[in-house]
Amino acid sequence: MSTHPITVHPARSFKANSHDAVNDPHLRKSFRGAMDFLMAKRAAQFPDHNELEALRSLGETVRQRCLAKLPQLLEKLEAQLTANGVKVHWAETPEEANAIIHGLIAARNGKLAVKGKSMVSEETELNHYLEAHGVQAVESDMGEYIVQLAGEKPSHIIMPAIHKTKAQIATLFHDNIPAAPYTEDVDELIQLGRNALRGMYLKADVGISGVNFAVAETGTLCLVENEGNGRMCTTVPDMHIAITGIEKVVEKLSDVIPLYSILPRSATGQAITTYFNMISRPRQPGEKDGPREVHLVLLDNGRSQAYADEQLRKTLQCIRCGACMNHCPVYSRIGGHAYGTVYPGPIGKIISPHMLGLNDTQDLPTASSLCGACGEVCPVRIPIPEMLMRLREEAARDPEEKVPHPLAGQGAAYSPQLARVWSLWRTVYSRPALYRAFSWLATRLRVFTPRRQLGWTVHRTPLTPAKQSLHELVRQRQSSR
Amino acid sequence: MHATPAPARPGDVYFFGTCLLDLFLPEAGLDAMTLLEREGVRVHFPQAQSCCGQPAFTSGQPGEAREVARSQLGLFDQPWPIVVPSGSCGGMIKHHWPTLFAGDADEARACAVAGRVVEFADFLLNVLRIELRDQGKPTKVAVHTSCSARREMNTHVHGWALVDQLAQVERVVHDHESECCGFGGVFSLRHPDISGAMVSDKSAALQDSGAVEFVTADGGCLLNINGKLAHDGKAFRGKHLASFLLERTGGKA
Ligand code: SF4
Repeated sequence: MSTHPITVHPARSFKANSHDAVNDPHLRKSFRGAMDFLMAKRAAQFPDHNELEALRSLGETVRQRCLAKLPQLLEKLEAQLTANGVKVHWAETPEEANAIIHGLIAARNGKLAVKGKSMVSEETELNHYLEAHGVQAVESDMGEYIVQLAGEKPSHIIMPAIHKTKAQIATLFHDNIPAAPYTEDVDELIQLGRNALRGMYLKADVGISGVNFAVAETGTLCLVENEGNGRMCTTVPDMHIAITGIEKVVEKLSDVIPLYSILPRSATGQAITTYFNMISRPRQPGEKDGPREVHLVLLDNGRSQAYADEQLRKTLQCIRCGACMNHCPVYSRIGGHAYGTVYPGPIGKIISPHMLGLNDTQDLPTASSLCGACGEVCPVRIPIPEMLMRLREEAARDPEEKVPHPLAGQGAAYSPQLARVWSLWRTVYSRPALYRAFSWLATRLRVFTPRRQLGWTVHRTPLTPAKQSLHELVRQRQSSR
Repeated sequence: MHATPAPARPGDVYFFGTCLLDLFLPEAGLDAMTLLEREGVRVHFPQAQSCCGQPAFTSGQPGEAREVARSQLGLFDQPWPIVVPSGSCGGMIKHHWPTLFAGDADEARACAVAGRVVEFADFLLNVLRIELRDQGKPTKVAVHTSCSARREMNTHVHGWALVDQLAQVERVVHDHESECCGFGGVFSLRHPDISGAMVSDKSAALQDSGAVEFVTADGGCLLNINGKLAHDGKAFRGKHLASFLLERTGGKA
């Protein structure tokens, strides 16, 4: 198996990226506008607060039940799919997944793959891998297609090209699509893109897609989409390869209903998507269309690390709706690329450490004011702020400390000096006499308060203690009565 | 239909001033106590109090947070409510102490204390059923609510209701009112660029709202936004809800 190492180090660039992003007025304005639009659309879908909360509870319950039985459900899914004629492949790492997919394409001498939207294939950097091995992979989701033409990565999990302006897309299409005129008319642009893609479906040797829900009971792969490109990818080429994470399995067909009813409403503010595909088997004798071969690649890529820990397991409840990023005041200020990870925003901060290790992601869990907007909108009630705090704890933990489920990169942010600062803080704040002495000193020496206080004073005047503490003022007040 | 019976009006309360108010905004703490006393409540301020542990808790140091929280457990022996003039600290005690002490020998004590915590605005409004008599000139104010207070304690509703009792005060809504001001404790130290962008948007929204000043019931947000306004040389400022209410009702010269 030839592998292609995937190296992502968001921690090395996150601060620099976010610095550049917040100082880019165009980016700030366009993300703010787009997120405001999406938030309003979602809000319009849930006029009844109680109904929303009931749906969220239902979503949470379904996801938690399915995760509780994950190992059995995966076995069942494999057995059911196999019985249906779909071949199941297991990949622990992105490299393994890529090699499996390439192997399948190479076995039929394939040269061209059309792809429906799949964030898991972004995790594995599948397109690069295939290109390096002589297979052209063409994205067919309009947003993904734009991003691919631009040589970029998605900046949002639902709207990959949300960072692009109309003018940028017009230029991109004009330069890349043969005979395409320059136009900024959105309908014309979409038509240009669709026409360019049409021929690809017929030429392609293989269609690649993601999966939103994999139903164990029936061996059904459900695909949620709006453009019909997902249906084309999974029906026109002779072979269909689906790739997804191991957490996407649900127990029963009836579990799909509550999840699908809350997914598009939370994601794009649509009551329902234009297409909902259910794929259960390859083309049967006598059928006129559909792929002759269907494969499912199930990828772990750090998910079992999250799974092993009861609290962090909740991370896997995610149905990838993107609502957490739409509502995140950090995401709306820095956009998706600054994170440096496949998944940006709140979900990215809590899932990436499992995929990449805390060494390379330690700046992500701290990049949150813990305002809680994400947890409040998450359709499956993932307590994202709680997850962020837990990851901060694991990053700050002594790397030598033995814990039941150590995370990759435990102690990445551990510093003996910092640990001493916190232990000093604890000593002062837990001993009244010491605290009294400390606050007396801090108030009396207030003129000596440092003028520069780490990041605080970049945008604010220094924090200066009052002349007397509240403790002291209260004592004075009591004695004067 | 039965109305929920009003909680009995307590004669005594504990006051937990919070570490930020203690060192940086003591006047606000004092104003809150004065307001409570004016309503006929005896206010007890345990001198051995310091902090709820939140700074360490949100920095991945739950062990250190627990020890500081533990040192506060013995300060509230009487079964009186514990009034906290800061939504996020109140939320820390009420909602996070039970988890922080889960499985600990002090769990029961921590839960007992947590159960008695009431956020200041909530206490004025729903326990004391305060009726504010506005004595000030007509003015306009904007209200900012800390995020954890909003989400864990519904403080925004209480703050609005109190301000709305003041006959001469027009409460104006600011753009993206429910959005975070970018404080987040150590977040503001670790990620100055992002936190700075957030506080800059928040202070701009407050200034553009048409308000003369803003009020908030959270010390952290207040220090953050005022620090930004001062840094930018603006005259616009915010004050603690307690100070504002006391001022409007003639309690302050
Ligand atoms: S964490 Fe929740 S809100 Fe965010 S993408 Fe996943 S399901 Fe949606």
